[in-house]
Amino acid sequence: MASVDITTSIEPVHAGEAISLAAPADYFALLKPRVMSLVVFTALTGMVLAPGGIHPVIGFVALLAIAVGAGASGALNMWYDADIDARMARTRERPVPAGRVAPGEALAFGLILSAGSVVVLGLFTNWVAAALLAFTIFFYVVIYTMWLKRRTPQNIVIGGAAGALPPVVAWAAVTGGVSVEPLVLVLIIFLWTPPHFWALALFRSEDYARAGVPMLPNVAGAAATKRQIVLYSVLLAVAGLLPAVLGFSSVWYGIGAAVLGLGVVLDARWVLRMRDDDLKMAPARRLFGSSILYLFLIFALLLIDRAALAVGLIG
Amino acid sequence: MREALAVTEDGVRLTEEQRRRRRSLSIAIALVLAALVVIFYVVTIVKLGGNVASRSF
Repeated sequence: MASVDITTSIEPVHAGEAISLAAPADYFALLKPRVMSLVVFTALTGMVLAPGGIHPVIGFVALLAIAVGAGASGALNMWYDADIDARMARTRERPVPAGRVAPGEALAFGLILSAGSVVVLGLFTNWVAAALLAFTIFFYVVIYTMWLKRRTPQNIVIGGAAGALPPVVAWAAVTGGVSVEPLVLVLIIFLWTPPHFWALALFRSEDYARAGVPMLPNVAGAAATKRQIVLYSVLLAVAGLLPAVLGFSSVWYGIGAAVLGLGVVLDARWVLRMRDDDLKMAPARRLFGSSILYLFLIFALLLIDRAALAVGLIG
Repeated sequence: MREALAVTEDGVRLTEEQRRRRRSLSIAIALVLAALVVIFYVVTIVKLGGNVASRSF
């Protein structure tokens, strides 16, 4: 029997596509942890304000599911936007454009976490909350990221609805339904989104221009953007008063919300008065930071107010 | 830019840094799975409520 020579030529294996070299921190970064923390806090507020209460363990897991769902949206956004993230100084170090996580890994990670968080929320609470979480993820990934972001300067206005929904998801986890109160919280976050992101877009306009994203300053100019920022800030300050006006928070909350709202409007006014030749744009950077503080403090006030009411500190 | 892997006749050879990252990712996955087991167990107990043994089918 003749011996068979089984020498084969080995083609280089592109094992990089098959073996993940990412560290856990890279996968965690895909979830946009800073956005997640704000989602958790606003969702917690919706959960606390909801009537009836929820078992603390179930409540904790529901918040975790909402947080993971929000993180999954972030991962899918980073998968889809890797091309423009690579062109922007602010985002080129993200895991996918920097090459630490393969696009397919980010996509799989995001899809699995999306499905898992929705199913877990449905099984542990109810399917109304799960449907709302699924809708939130869909809205952020498909409506905002894939459709609006690259096509219209109103991208973050409409897309901001996704970031506004966590309180109503958490409310539905407790009550099984939706009511006016969580929709007021949604309105507050919805009106907060434009001044927050347009402040960013002002001092990052070159970055967005490089990536070809039609943010308002790039499309309509800085002057129009500043006016819109002031308009939304005024609307936001008014919306912040609604919980007191509608009676599900106390007048003390109303006073605090009025002070915070005034602060945001004053910061917006500084942005309006920014000179065209101001390259540092300190007022815009300040508004970007102070708007985050505003949102955190408004929701903290709602929680403190509810706690004070519960223990009888206020009537 | 994806980092290169050293491919030899004996297979893929990882650098010390790559090996460290793979190990930490494996540990992270194991911890998440363990946490999921605990979460599902605790939530099941909570949802079952009390007196499970004396309930009728």
